[in-house]
Amino acid sequence: MKIALIGNPNTGKSSVFNMLTGLRQQVGNFPGVTVELRQGTIQTTNETHQILDFPGTYSIFPRSNEEAVVQEALCNPADPSHPELILFVADAAQLERNLLFFSQVYDLGIPVILLLNMWDRAMAKSFQIDIDKIHALFPGISVIQTNARVKLGKERILTELAQKNLAPSTTFIGPENLQTKDQDIQQADANLRLEKIRNAKLIAQKKTDQPNFSVKLDQMLTHPIWGYGIFAVMLLLLFQLIFTFAAIPMDFIDEQFVHLSNYASNQLPKGLLTNLISQGLIPGIGGVLVFVPQIAILFFFIALLEETGYLSRVVFIMDRLMRPFGLNGKSVVPLLSSVACAIPGVMSARTIADPKERLITILVAPFMSCSARIPVYTLLISLVIPKTYLFGIFNLQGLVLFGLYALGILFALLTAIILNILLKKEKKGFHIMELPEYKAPRLTNVGITVLEKVRLFVTDAGKIIVAISILLWALATFGPNSREQQLAQLKSSKQYKEASAAKQQELYAAASLSGSYMGHLGKSIEPVIQPLGYDWKIGISLLTSFAAREVFVGSLATIYAVGESGSNERLINKLREEKAPNGQPMFSLATGMSLLIFYVFAMQCMATLAVVKRETNTWKWPLIQLAFMGLIAYLGAFCTFQILS
Amino acid sequence: MSNTLDTIALHELVEITSVTASPFASKLTEMGLTKGQYIKALFKAPFGDPIAFECNGNVLSMRKEEARFIEVKTA
Repeated sequence: MKIALIGNPNTGKSSVFNMLTGLRQQVGNFPGVTVELRQGTIQTTNETHQILDFPGTYSIFPRSNEEAVVQEALCNPADPSHPELILFVADAAQLERNLLFFSQVYDLGIPVILLLNMWDRAMAKSFQIDIDKIHALFPGISVIQTNARVKLGKERILTELAQKNLAPSTTFIGPENLQTKDQDIQQADANLRLEKIRNAKLIAQKKTDQPNFSVKLDQMLTHPIWGYGIFAVMLLLLFQLIFTFAAIPMDFIDEQFVHLSNYASNQLPKGLLTNLISQGLIPGIGGVLVFVPQIAILFFFIALLEETGYLSRVVFIMDRLMRPFGLNGKSVVPLLSSVACAIPGVMSARTIADPKERLITILVAPFMSCSARIPVYTLLISLVIPKTYLFGIFNLQGLVLFGLYALGILFALLTAIILNILLKKEKKGFHIMELPEYKAPRLTNVGITVLEKVRLFVTDAGKIIVAISILLWALATFGPNSREQQLAQLKSSKQYKEASAAKQQELYAAASLSGSYMGHLGKSIEPVIQPLGYDWKIGISLLTSFAAREVFVGSLATIYAVGESGSNERLINKLREEKAPNGQPMFSLATGMSLLIFYVFAMQCMATLAVVKRETNTWKWPLIQLAFMGLIAYLGAFCTFQILS
Repeated sequence: MSNTLDTIALHELVEITSVTASPFASKLTEMGLTKGQYIKALFKAPFGDPIAFECNGNVLSMRKEEARFIEVKTA
């Protein structure tokens, strides 16, 4: 049987889903739209049911793409997600408002079970809910009190699922208006329903208006000074976790894949296939898995904040600040996460309900300087920026680094303003939002979210990343026939013969890369990048670093034959000696700054492109992003070089 | 005296007298904000916008431009 889980947001719907399915669940998209669809199975004694978790909505009348999915699936019997039974989750402490949507679902005539969830909280607030009156108001259905946090009600749900007679035996108002697009009719329908529910007097509340713990906490957390202060501390904590904590497993993964790659090339018979496995496939898969710790930590943190209810307060205090940029408070977390890595940042933009605001957030997020830019920044800064102090206190190198980060943020916001003007709005957005009561987070829910996000990244974006890695490998490995002659020449040269074995290997690797198709590509783009102050060697490094920005450093090391494992020091010394054709140092201030500016703006990250493709469900946006960011990078680097040289 | 919801003082209990037609009018109903209900402003975000309201034990945040569509009178 196909079961739909329906209900308002913040009613503990996902807790109910997790309670019923455990880990027997998977996440995908609804066909054709990027609305998250969680599917799972429920096991009763003699049957297996399929359960679909629909996005939480306040009524059947849709206000966003997410909500439109719910209306379509419920109202259209031909829809692939149309359910045979509905589990409706209602917050027992917000019963009347929740029953408004329930009454619409009831009028569809589909068998339905009403779950009065968070029963404990309603009790704590001294609500008395008259279940008999609910039965009288909605004849035919089944009503179950649940508290998914402690698995209360699971057995009863499983028992009720075996019953076959849960269909509504009448209608509440009638299904006539449920698919109308007329807003006046919608409002009249909603008003009529709510009035009828309120008149039924289902609830008696004994005590009222005791000062609420949540409200007191809010006064602190949304305070003009303390509110921002606490949020800043949270962010600091998050960055600490991502930068220091994630580095440990990331280095570990990195090392293991280097070992694995070495192992494969030593143990397998020499040949192209071995080379493909050890140099293309293994590093490619390693390049996917290395992001997992960052993604896991970020989503652990976000899920924790969301579960407790704090995230909606962040949205509340940041909303006014983000508005001038066409964004809302919900864009803050994705954008700030992108300072660590744009991949989890883009993935976390799902919380933004408004499609336009979500798209803008995704498109500008890669402008934030991510951690992969740090190796490039540090190399170039120590190469061209003198270690002096400005006004005796400001370290110039540090100032430049700060400037690069600031530039990224500035362009993210500027681009957001432009996109806000250019993109058409599908529907007038509104920002009426619940501030749910604070509650202790449930680690099961947090853990499941983390697992889901990691799984999505590895399976969906991972495929694209591995494919591009292999393509880049092929370009760097194969070369035209002329390369063989060059390599033979190198081997017979005096310089090569006199060099040590290690040096010979480095010289060979350098010649091999510069003779490859990638090398030829780098040389052929030289006329294009010359105005930026680059030569073909830098060109090759730019191309290879499309895999990931930090690859730039490794490629330079290979080309300049200092060996990838060499320290930065050795590479910097080598680069300092490098002369341009006119006899001047190749890595002048102008060239160095131009490269820095290029890396601030350029979308040099296939993994982010793959994730944007996944999140927007089309190649259109990642390609636009690639072109736009590339253009800004080129123009920025061009101006920088021309002004400074 | 009639007022709109964006102008009321914090912690002052008011009664909703009418909801002006708007694209999100039915959304307000779905949130439980209908004529005759009592509502009060609990706290404001920095810069005074958005504002958090309590209605029927439920806390919601609303931008000022949206609260303007709700007319209220002192309860």
